Amino acid sequence: MTPSPSLRVQRLAYAYPDGTQALFGVDLTIGRGERVALLGPNGAGKTTLVMHLNGILTAGHGTVEVAGLPVRKNTLGEIRRRVGLVFQDPDDQLFMPTVREDVAFGPANLGVRGAELEHRVKEALERVGLPDIADRPPHHLSFGQRRRVAVATVLAMRPEILVLDEPSSNLDPASRRELAEILRSLDVTVLMVTHDLPYALELCERSLILSGGVIAADGPTREILADDALLAAHRLELPYGFAVADRPS
Amino acid sequence: MGAGHHHQLYRPGDTVVHRLPPQCKLPAVAAFAVVVVATPRDAFWAFGVHALLLAGVAAAARVPAGFVLRRMVVEVPFVIFALALPVIGLGARVEVLGVSLSAEGLWAAWNILAKATLGVVASILLAATTEPRMMLLGARRLRLPQTLVQIAMFMLRYMDVILDEMRRMRVARESRGFAARDVRQVPVLAKSAGALFIRSYERGERVHLAMLSRGYNGSMPIIDDVRASAASWAVAAVLPAAALVTAALSWSLS
Repeated sequence: MTPSPSLRVQRLAYAYPDGTQALFGVDLTIGRGERVALLGPNGAGKTTLVMHLNGILTAGHGTVEVAGLPVRKNTLGEIRRRVGLVFQDPDDQLFMPTVREDVAFGPANLGVRGAELEHRVKEALERVGLPDIADRPPHHLSFGQRRRVAVATVLAMRPEILVLDEPSSNLDPASRRELAEILRSLDVTVLMVTHDLPYALELCERSLILSGGVIAADGPTREILADDALLAAHRLELPYGFAVADRPS
Repeated sequence: MGAGHHHQLYRPGDTVVHRLPPQCKLPAVAAFAVVVVATPRDAFWAFGVHALLLAGVAAAARVPAGFVLRRMVVEVPFVIFALALPVIGLGARVEVLGVSLSAEGLWAAWNILAKATLGVVASILLAATTEPRMMLLGARRLRLPQTLVQIAMFMLRYMDVILDEMRRMRVARESRGFAARDVRQVPVLAKSAGALFIRSYERGERVHLAMLSRGYNGSMPIIDDVRASAASWAVAAVLPAAALVTAALSWSLS
């Protein structure tokens, strides 16, 4: 028997309380260990979809399963351990007085204490290449460091799938590359929500386009980005002067 | 702590006062203040002893007098109020350097000044030897309502973020030629304050989502705990106990 995929979303539909329909039946499956980019223009429903993955929003219709476990009221605790959500603004994600307490927040909510908690914090900070900043307050770190600590805060929960919302936004080129190296070194499933198409190409074999509340395309990132007509139809554009080579160099 | 930057009230150190757990220091300072307030105002010598006790704490914590004095500026409004009392007070008058002052007013001014100063110095010493976040850990240990402690914690974390945002808004205003010269500019400032409030409120919502995403269920997990031994409690009790003995003596002598 094959293991369940990291993420399976079936016929997911959602309307906001004011009646605005954001998702019209999303179907997607992400296998264990895959790195997938979720592309889409502003207002396509990307954030709404992400909020469903850990049960912050609950499906109006359809189902979400994380490693075989359906998102329901009574599974929320375990779901939130399995889905590590990294928000776009690290100042939203890092709310504790010190980095160490922030990284410990997630596992501590899971009941981890003492030496094991210390170990989790240390391990998570090492995985993002910042082993020495545990006692610093988050607002004294550079933006790039804060984004990496934000990744560490969810790695400490040992998630099944890491979901990143616009991971490259506001990063300078060096921080952007450092984050890419870190993401590549992790052995977790990654879903990366972005409209930074070169970053998607660099990190993800496979891409999905979410547009108008449905999955409009699903395939190898290279093929999707080479399809000008497809991109144009969904308000996506490669940066000026950027061309996707037919074959990986 | 490895950070190079500290809250301006805090003075890093590793003395016996710094090391005392915050949950011992907080009640010790509060008890000291109560005893000071209960000391009769005519027992001048008792206030001298109280002041010496605080000087002893400052010496043990290696907090220099200048550090304390600069932070006592916070007391200035009370000083002004106290200085006004002898002038506006009623009752019997006494001549001091040719000025007629109210005797009762003089007593009231002395009473306020002496007691407020001792209280302020005690709080400054507490803040100088206790990191803000330790103060909150102590407050939680003392079972202060969770919600209040969490609000204070978020204030501590987001103060700089909000000040930054405020600074950016000011730069944006001034870059477009705005200068707050007189009262006509108040509406603009009021709207900026409103915008800042909305932004902070929305940030609060996003932070809450981030907390829920990491399993927050209404109570903060205890990550750092500070335990207090009986010895720590005993050390912390020295200050209020000595003050209490002094006050008790002054009661029995009066």
